[in-house]
Amino acid sequence: MSSPPGEPRKVGYLYILPALLVYGAFLLYPLVRAVHLSLFEWNGITLGKFVGLSNYADVVADAGLRAAFGHALVLIVFYSVLPVVIGLALASVLQRAKVRGLGFFRTVVFLPQVIAMVVVAVSWRHIYAPDGPLNDVLRAVGLDSVARGWLGDYTFALPAVGVIGTWFETGLVTVLLLAGMARIPRERYEAARLDGAGAFAEFFAVVLPAVRGEIAVAVTLTVIAALRTFDLVYVTTSGGPGTSTSVPSYEVYHRAFELGQVGSAAAIGVCLTVLIFVITLGVNRLADRSTA
Amino acid sequence: MRAPLAERVGNYLLLIVFGLFALGPIVTILVAALGPDDGGSGSSGFGNFGKAWEIGHFGSYLRTSVAVSVSVVVVSVLLSVLSGYAFGTMRFRGAGVLFYLFLVGIMMPTEAIIVPLYFDLRTLGLTDTFWAIALPQVAQSVAFGTFWMRAYFRSSSRSLVEAARLDGAGPWRTLWQVLVPPARPALVTLIVLVFMWTWNEFLIPLVMVTSESLRTAPLGLAFFSGQYTSGFTLLAAGAVIVGTPVVLVYAFLQRHFIAGMLEGAVRE
Repeated sequence: MSSPPGEPRKVGYLYILPALLVYGAFLLYPLVRAVHLSLFEWNGITLGKFVGLSNYADVVADAGLRAAFGHALVLIVFYSVLPVVIGLALASVLQRAKVRGLGFFRTVVFLPQVIAMVVVAVSWRHIYAPDGPLNDVLRAVGLDSVARGWLGDYTFALPAVGVIGTWFETGLVTVLLLAGMARIPRERYEAARLDGAGAFAEFFAVVLPAVRGEIAVAVTLTVIAALRTFDLVYVTTSGGPGTSTSVPSYEVYHRAFELGQVGSAAAIGVCLTVLIFVITLGVNRLADRSTA
Repeated sequence: MRAPLAERVGNYLLLIVFGLFALGPIVTILVAALGPDDGGSGSSGFGNFGKAWEIGHFGSYLRTSVAVSVSVVVVSVLLSVLSGYAFGTMRFRGAGVLFYLFLVGIMMPTEAIIVPLYFDLRTLGLTDTFWAIALPQVAQSVAFGTFWMRAYFRSSSRSLVEAARLDGAGPWRTLWQVLVPPARPALVTLIVLVFMWTWNEFLIPLVMVTSESLRTAPLGLAFFSGQYTSGFTLLAAGAVIVGTPVVLVYAFLQRHFIAGMLEGAVRE
């Protein structure tokens, strides 16, 4: 880190102290305690038993937990890959076209980001219900055989939850990419056009390299959101049917507060944190290297 | 240079289709909330909100949410201004390391700390209190707020600070009389973001709270949606009640939301 500006001032500690006290007590200390708890087998009531790293071994060995992390991977496709692909296409077309009403469009597609996830979940649970709007539409166009209770279906519940993620992340990614593309100097497009590049060649030669940083941010944000899908699963499916939509963050809650497997829950929480750190640093590293 | 007509029509179609995709679920719930009650209470239109308010106890939930949100915003913004000021304009040993400590908190998921927090606060007899909902959220917001205000104070005019110092102003007066007044846009962004995060938070109140009088709005809605099974109308009305405050603020200050959530994300 470059050295901060300003005069040397010991009084700086005093200004930081209140923030550091609250932060240390309610965030840093619990993090250390999470690592500590994760080394025990504890039901939350009686005395815990030290078990070393076996809770972590379970993350790999326990079929239920492996499945939960697998579900998180599927959600990443819906939360991150699809929105980035759709957002890139949408933003580059809109950026080329210089359409009117883009400001209003931005406001509208960003809206899902500010609505409480519980509200989102209530709305989509209704949409997916056996007699909900989605099935009404399917039956109206003669696809009766496709209609079903989407969130109660072993095959379709997880993708159905994923689509909700695609719904609220696509706007964020599109707005982010639009901002990045607006910063591309006009001359670069003109140079590409003089070289005879069509829309596609222009996209790969000019647009894509220019928004690499924005893509990195979009991937980081959406992958973290996918790994932290708790509210949505809790309200829409509670991990079911069976365990077909259980995800790591839901398992943390389920194990700690419903099954009394506190150590295991803490270990999953620690793994999630490590995963998020690695992904954040890794994606940013990749983006930095390719721009250098 | 104008694009050919077919291409322009296609572009507007694209705008409309994706706009509708984004609005669809929101409109669905609004329409359901305003329709005739399918649960048989005989209410309809805006009467549904009154009925849902009464049956779902949303008055109490909103009161808790307002109290928690206002406290978390006031305390965490105040603490963030102080710490951001120190990190942004002063030099002291360990500043770099301390700042990295705060950055850890921005990335850390609530899921990692909620388990020990609950059991440690239970030992102290603090679960099921206002503090158990508010303080962990202050800690999370202070992490982001410190990062955000430091970036602002670093970029604010050095000459302003120097001039204040030459006038004999100490660091305290320099902060409040010279640096904070022009920081209004950055502060508004921080305030709306912290308000949104706190209002929408679900996991912390879910774990910490058992008594109904301490339920926040999203938590109350989740319970209502689990218990109220006669129809969708009043549930939709409840969802609209819970979602509206943040959407209203967004309607007026949307640029702050978008700028904050996107720039805030671009952390070193």
